[in-house]
Amino acid sequence: MNGVLNLFGFMGRGLLRTTERIGDGTMLCSRAIGHLFTPPWLGRQLVIQLYAIGFGSLIIIAITGAFTGMVLALQGYYTLAKFGSESLLGSAVALSIIRELGPVLGALMMTGRAGSSITAEIGIMRVTEQLDALEMMAVNPVRQVILPRIIATLIALPLLIAIFDVVGLGAGYLVGVNLLGVNAGAYIGETIAKVTMHDLLTGWVKSAVFGLLIGCICTFLGYRAVPTTEGVAQATTRAVVTASVSILIADYIITSFFL
Amino acid sequence: MQHYRRTEIIVGAFMLTGILAIGLLALQLGKVGGLGEKGYEITATFGDAGGVRNGGDVMLAGVVIGRIKRVTLVKSLKAKLTLEINNGIQLTTDAIASIRTKGIIGERYVRVSQGADEQFLQPGDEFDDTESAINIEDLISKYIFSSGSN
Repeated sequence: MNGVLNLFGFMGRGLLRTTERIGDGTMLCSRAIGHLFTPPWLGRQLVIQLYAIGFGSLIIIAITGAFTGMVLALQGYYTLAKFGSESLLGSAVALSIIRELGPVLGALMMTGRAGSSITAEIGIMRVTEQLDALEMMAVNPVRQVILPRIIATLIALPLLIAIFDVVGLGAGYLVGVNLLGVNAGAYIGETIAKVTMHDLLTGWVKSAVFGLLIGCICTFLGYRAVPTTEGVAQATTRAVVTASVSILIADYIITSFFL
Repeated sequence: MQHYRRTEIIVGAFMLTGILAIGLLALQLGKVGGLGEKGYEITATFGDAGGVRNGGDVMLAGVVIGRIKRVTLVKSLKAKLTLEINNGIQLTTDAIASIRTKGIIGERYVRVSQGADEQFLQPGDEFDDTESAINIEDLISKYIFSSGSN
């Protein structure tokens, strides 16, 4: 009897703690975004973060995009050739990349490349009491540290994913037309005919939402990291896992709304 | 200071690349800002639209001249298609609109054949002559049953 009660207690505690954390994170992010509407605006911090987060992730995003496009062309050709509809390869590759793989893979790469470093950086600021020092100097750490990073991920991710899409489509074209011998006119024609503004919008809405998610989750977990070496390590792991899972869940929800 | 200047320039270049990528996608694939691409509307009523979709092609002599803008039902009886024909393309008043299939299992499109009339269809006009979709199953069953009775 006591064991069962303990189990319920354990589950209840877990649920309450999770809800509390989600609420805390939402509050912190909305507070940070609230600072966006009042001066002073720290443009310089934003530029530095855009450099680290956006430009820093450019190469990995381009490589991921290129190989995603190439493998999609190969796999798509293999499947479509069974039905004798190789000419549809262009639209199959383009729709997969623009609607789904670009935003999701781009966001996951971004989480690994930039999200983890955001959490670790803020976590170490917490450990070394830099955040407290900022507060001592009457500088609001939410405005100075958190807001620029959230805005930077929000701006950088859609741009990076657009680059991912373009590189992926180009690489798919190279493999499909030059390697597999699909008719170049049919490939481009099908791509242009089947991709609509709606598909592009779906991709962009996804990338903006994912950018916001990565920014909020990674800054929050770093900000609230337990101020020990181990705490920072845990926070970084948790940030990558939480952000990745949230991206996949949000992806399903957005897709079902936009279909 | 010098270092920050460099950061600023690289971030500017990065943003420009990203915006160019977005612009390229929107212009090439999203058909945004296709100035002069806008067309005029002509309607056509079919007994059987054969499942054409919005956005399907309208072809004349095998060339795409527009797209299917809307598919609606008239009095729960017939299918009414609103076609958007690109500006600069004139169709004769006795032109025939028919629903055809690209290949055997391909998608449906609207084929327009020009007539011999001197008058041209004006925006908002309707096709006088239409041919409904050819249903392959109907054709096959007709063939089977007619050969069975012999």
